[in-house]
Amino acid sequence: MSAEGPEPASAEEQKEMEDKVISPEKAEEAKLKARYPHLGQKPGGSDFLRKRLQKGQKYFDSGDYNMAKAKMKNKQLPTAAPDKTEVTGDHIPTPQDLPQRKPSLVASKLAG
Amino acid sequence: TACYFVSVLFTADIISTVEFNYSGDLLATGDKGGRVVIFQREQENKSRPHSRGEYNVYSTFQSHEPEFDYLKSLEIEEKINKIRWLPQQNAAHFLLSTNDKTIKLWKISERDKRAEGYNLKDEDGRLRDPFRITALRVPILKPMDLMVEASPRRIFANAHTYHINSISVNSDHETYLSADDLRINLWHLEITDRSFNIVDIKPANMEELTEVITAAEFHPHHCNVFVYSSSKGTIRLCDMRSSALCDRHSKFFEEPEDPSSRSFFSEIISSISDVKFSHSGRYMMTRDYLSVKVWDLNMENRPVETYQVHEYLRSKLCSLYENDCIFDKFECCWNGSDSAIMTGSYNNFFRMFDRNTRRDITLEASRESSKPRAILKPRKVCTGGKRKKDEISVDSLDFNKKILHTAWHPMENIIAVAATNNLYIFQDKIN
Repeated sequence: MSAEGPEPASAEEQKEMEDKVISPEKAEEAKLKARYPHLGQKPGGSDFLRKRLQKGQKYFDSGDYNMAKAKMKNKQLPTAAPDKTEVTGDHIPTPQDLPQRKPSLVASKLAG
Repeated sequence: TACYFVSVLFTADIISTVEFNYSGDLLATGDKGGRVVIFQREQENKSRPHSRGEYNVYSTFQSHEPEFDYLKSLEIEEKINKIRWLPQQNAAHFLLSTNDKTIKLWKISERDKRAEGYNLKDEDGRLRDPFRITALRVPILKPMDLMVEASPRRIFANAHTYHINSISVNSDHETYLSADDLRINLWHLEITDRSFNIVDIKPANMEELTEVITAAEFHPHHCNVFVYSSSKGTIRLCDMRSSALCDRHSKFFEEPEDPSSRSFFSEIISSISDVKFSHSGRYMMTRDYLSVKVWDLNMENRPVETYQVHEYLRSKLCSLYENDCIFDKFECCWNGSDSAIMTGSYNNFFRMFDRNTRRDITLEASRESSKPRAILKPRKVCTGGKRKKDEISVDSLDFNKKILHTAWHPMENIIAVAATNNLYIFQDKIN
């Protein structure tokens, strides 16, 4: 038996090594998995999509509003101009000047 | 051909959309603060021969305000996602502007005359005592300084649960579509209390969600045809004559992928951020993270042309994922004759591809090249090895300077490039 040196890599392992050399994308993937080993098994799967559906949502805190109201005490909260229908900027919304909420859209009667 | 700097205009906030009108005389921008600024092309002026081609502010108005959805405890951003002009039918101009939830139809009109000589009130507006009026006069129209007024004519609200990403005016000039992540609605421009849902890809169980709608557009000539792109890199063409609900496509465009090259990033970078029909209506163009593809509407199995925008980023995907840049949504546009296409990149670079000669060029929208009538120097990114003089290495690119929005004049070689809160105008010749 001749001494051949270390066992030759299996075909699979060899392909993986080749991939890392040939594909910069696979090399980047390996880098990412090394940094975040718990990253989702499904590439770009539904967790990512669901996060996307919630993108940029800022939460309005009614607690903040009530705190500010309490701080003001006797002072009047700045109210929206009488002809303005929208609530913007520094003005803290009051229940009176909330935009009227219309009922949610009903599914098209043409469907199904 | 060469590219000359014409002008740079500054807006108060980050520009989020740019659109020429059908004649190219007006250029609209929407910004993150909900404002719309419309620029108008300078007319021929003998005393200032170089001014033609410049765009100056014509009208500014607040299109959308931030809103609160109390039921969901959410704030709705006022950022203008898209502006689309309507074809001009009379002296006034009309455009649609949309944020995440509400679309508005704006009328922009000029007033250059004012009536004077009323009977019942003074020039100051004070009411005259009717018993003192002894004679009647006919009010006369007198010229006044041009005033441009913008007024909201229609508000199309409460039809989208998810965030609106596209609006598109139909060639019938009567209807338009609006698309969010999961649904597409059809509206009539005159009717605000009703819209028809034409595409709904929301699964019964949200856990089964695998793709979202990323862009949608009506065909430029066939009023029954529209396309929508997905986060999985596919495009569906739908025909509204075949059924009322277009959940089943008429054509499905997808480029086959080599399964062995698939990685964690494959789906993310294949997500289409923009889809645009050619002016001819024969082709459509899609933009994904690294490339622009031109598709022949008669061939569904692969694009006819693929242009690499910034292939050198493929070896940077890990950090681009970490800093979220991999989710940046670049737009693309055709020139008037469909012979060239343009799209943006990072470091305030933008790329133009000539479809006939297959030549491409990288240019930069920067203050350095902002001298009047300065010619832009082509840029080159060095991908490895020795960096030549004037080249910039991939690691030196500024990923905060992204050009997401560009527009091409419908007839001439004038382009508008939005770089954060700067709007650059370039053209291919000096006046």
